[in-house]
Amino acid sequence: MAQVKEYVGKVKPDWCPGCGDFGVLNALQRALAELDIAPHNVLIVSGIGCSSNLPGFIHAYGFHGLHGRSLPVASGARLGNTDLTVIATGGDGDGYGIGVGHFVHTCRRNLNMTYIVMDNQVYGLTTGQASPTTEKDIRTKSTPEGTIELALNPIALALSCGATYVARGFSGENLHLAQLMKGAIEHKGFALVDVFSPCVTYNKHNTYPWFRERVYKLEDKHHDPADFRLAMERAFEWGAEIPIGLFYKVDRPTYEDEEPTLRRNGTPLAKQPLERPELAAIMEDFI
Amino acid sequence: MTHPQTELTVWIGGAAGDGIASAGESFAQACSRLGYHVFAYNSYQSVIRGGHVCMHVRIGTHKVYTQGDELDYLIALNADSFQRYATRVMPGGAILYNTDKFKAQPEQAGKDVQLMGLPVMELAGNQLMQNTALLGALIQVIGLNPATTRELIQERFTKKGEPIIKANLDAFDKGMEHAKRNGRPSGIRVGPGDGKRRPLAGGNPMVGFGALAAGCRFYSAYPMTPASSLLHWLVKYATTTGLLVKQCEDEISALNMAIGAGHVGVRAMTGTSGGGFALMTEAVGEAGMTETPVVIVEAMRGGPSTGLPTKTEQGDLFQILGASQGEFPKVILAPRTLQECYDMAIHAFNLAEKYQCPVLIATDLYLAERLETFEGVNISKIPIERGELVTQANGNGYRRFAVTPSGVSPRALPGTAGTVYTAATDEHDEDGIVISDVFTNPPVRKKMMEKRMRKIEGILSELPAPQLDGPANVELTLVGWGSTYQVMLEAMEALNREGFQVNVLCLRYLWPFQTAAVSRLLSSCKMTMSVEGNYTGQLVRLIRMETGISIQHHLRKYDGEPFEPRQVIEQARMLLKTKPKGSVVAAVVSDEGLPPDFSPIENPAIGAEATRQH
Repeated sequence: MAQVKEYVGKVKPDWCPGCGDFGVLNALQRALAELDIAPHNVLIVSGIGCSSNLPGFIHAYGFHGLHGRSLPVASGARLGNTDLTVIATGGDGDGYGIGVGHFVHTCRRNLNMTYIVMDNQVYGLTTGQASPTTEKDIRTKSTPEGTIELALNPIALALSCGATYVARGFSGENLHLAQLMKGAIEHKGFALVDVFSPCVTYNKHNTYPWFRERVYKLEDKHHDPADFRLAMERAFEWGAEIPIGLFYKVDRPTYEDEEPTLRRNGTPLAKQPLERPELAAIMEDFI
Repeated sequence: MTHPQTELTVWIGGAAGDGIASAGESFAQACSRLGYHVFAYNSYQSVIRGGHVCMHVRIGTHKVYTQGDELDYLIALNADSFQRYATRVMPGGAILYNTDKFKAQPEQAGKDVQLMGLPVMELAGNQLMQNTALLGALIQVIGLNPATTRELIQERFTKKGEPIIKANLDAFDKGMEHAKRNGRPSGIRVGPGDGKRRPLAGGNPMVGFGALAAGCRFYSAYPMTPASSLLHWLVKYATTTGLLVKQCEDEISALNMAIGAGHVGVRAMTGTSGGGFALMTEAVGEAGMTETPVVIVEAMRGGPSTGLPTKTEQGDLFQILGASQGEFPKVILAPRTLQECYDMAIHAFNLAEKYQCPVLIATDLYLAERLETFEGVNISKIPIERGELVTQANGNGYRRFAVTPSGVSPRALPGTAGTVYTAATDEHDEDGIVISDVFTNPPVRKKMMEKRMRKIEGILSELPAPQLDGPANVELTLVGWGSTYQVMLEAMEALNREGFQVNVLCLRYLWPFQTAAVSRLLSSCKMTMSVEGNYTGQLVRLIRMETGISIQHHLRKYDGEPFEPRQVIEQARMLLKTKPKGSVVAAVVSDEGLPPDFSPIENPAIGAEATRQH
């Protein structure tokens, strides 16, 4: 097993003291260390938001892209070099708001990669507007009289779109979260780890104590992650009891498994020669 | 501008769903195999069935630059096409049609035009054989060797089995026989071809072919006319060449995926048209800021907005030029010919990797979807330049965005030990550490900005100088870019044959702009006329912006159809004769044979149900 410190980046996180994202970063470093994946074989792709700064704080290759576009960049990177462990990270605004179209399609695509969403139910970096997972009637800077739209349910959405590993963690449960991430990275297919990662500055509603009072671990209730219907049922539990843990896991061929070009030649595209002997034959087709 | 004995033009008109494109392609290919030069352009509508489609095929014993503007032979697959074009067939030509579909009277055609009606049901026993039978009659009337057409019928229907091949060959022979028995030898004939089997392709396949030659291994796209045929062509060769083709949920994803693949070291490309490119815009800057190589094809169509999905226009130059916020190096290439589609696609990948920036290839429907013979391209020694790559850490501490005199920072690919970094779209320092959030550092920002922008000098030094085509010291220079090249060449040659002195300046490297060279060339011109497929003269504005030189006269077209040689010739001739002092701005329009009061409500799509194609 590698040491956690091997994954500590040069830059200290600039998140607010107490931010849930610290716990997510620690859990990810722990998961990578336990899996003993060398930092140079990991590519972490993010979008924009407080949480999307994570690649800058971890010692691994990183790509800090555009708001909402982490999944397409991660998908392209994964298809380009299947030797890399590709992890996308970001927040709820990034992944479930501006980037939700990519989220839906990435779930059904089932590429072998992991998506960690630091879900704080608010837009932090833009100073406190409502996010797609803000609960109904919550007052935010952009909704002074309360939000009108229903909160998006990322777990149910991922399940219905075909994600093959669907989990939720809580950054206040660091070891538990690290195990969920470990499972996600090890899982062959698209894995979502949605994380309750409280924003201590702009979300005065979904706080650490609020979650501590409500979360329970699915494994403690002997939840069977192979049961899709049950997973869907649990996904809608919200209120006095909110589940964290592994909702669902299934083995399905990955996109890489079935992609015709990759199936014919397993060498990563990035490592293949550029010269093409087939040009003369193609030229013949023009005649 | 038909020259008897050296060229002739065939139009095949009908409704979408009549199989016009495949009949036209067969004829074009049959002619190219006979050693003729061929240029074919399909004018079609945004419907799957119905509407009006007309394929123009021009063949010659010399290079034919365009679809031309006259027709010698018309295959009318419906009454609509007959009504539109019958009177335009040149004397000595012929009109071929299916008498089961409509009846035509001799007085409806032009003088000395042969009307050749084929009773298709009686001849072939099946209306599905209409195109093949008419093709047979056409070959007979023109007096071409039927061998290559028969050969193509066999190739095209191989997968469908022997009975289908036989039925088509029979229909073809019956068509020929019918024309032989009932027709008279045509007055418009073309001399024999030179027997050289020239390749025949369009701009999209040639860009794709160039990309494959350059080692492109990743193509991501969302369907959009006229870029879709690039997707289709590439996917056809995906498995044999090891290219991964990914259809994405939208164009935002398409470019971001290509950037992801480019970031890990794969030569990656995406392709779209104007609307899709608008969605890609933000990611163009992402490639610029993260210094990721990527190639983007923008095959323009008529805008604005959804515009004219199946029509051509050069209306997106300023969109491409201005794409994405802020300033960063990017390259805009506008190939003018099929060979340049191939060569410049290869160049695009080399520039993208050497200068770690987005490279745009701007084509348009007219170039992308035409069919044209070409003289072959270099496939044996492809120049591949990957730029500076760091394959192992040297122990001195790797800085991904190191400030260098050239502005190019040696690139390490994810997976390389000892060179770990993050590429950020936020401003960052040489190590890739974001400087935007906590401590924005003005001197570092300035240094990084200058580092990136310095790459432009290197790019400029690699671009071949623009050149004038035709004689020097002329009375009039035609100025344009991209796909209008060959129509300008054809006009130039025709005008010079008339005794005028005309040459052409057609740009293909649009950005970074070759200010010094273009200024030098334009300064030596006496009179200039721009030829552009847009309303506002985008190239003219770019030239003025970058050189301070104003092109004097302007010919524009924004009706969806390509320029016809005659339109350029007539306007140029007028300028050459009258030498106007002021600036003359003219816009030309194609005559598609529709009455001026045509109403789509009273004339619903001809054929079966109309479904739209975008």
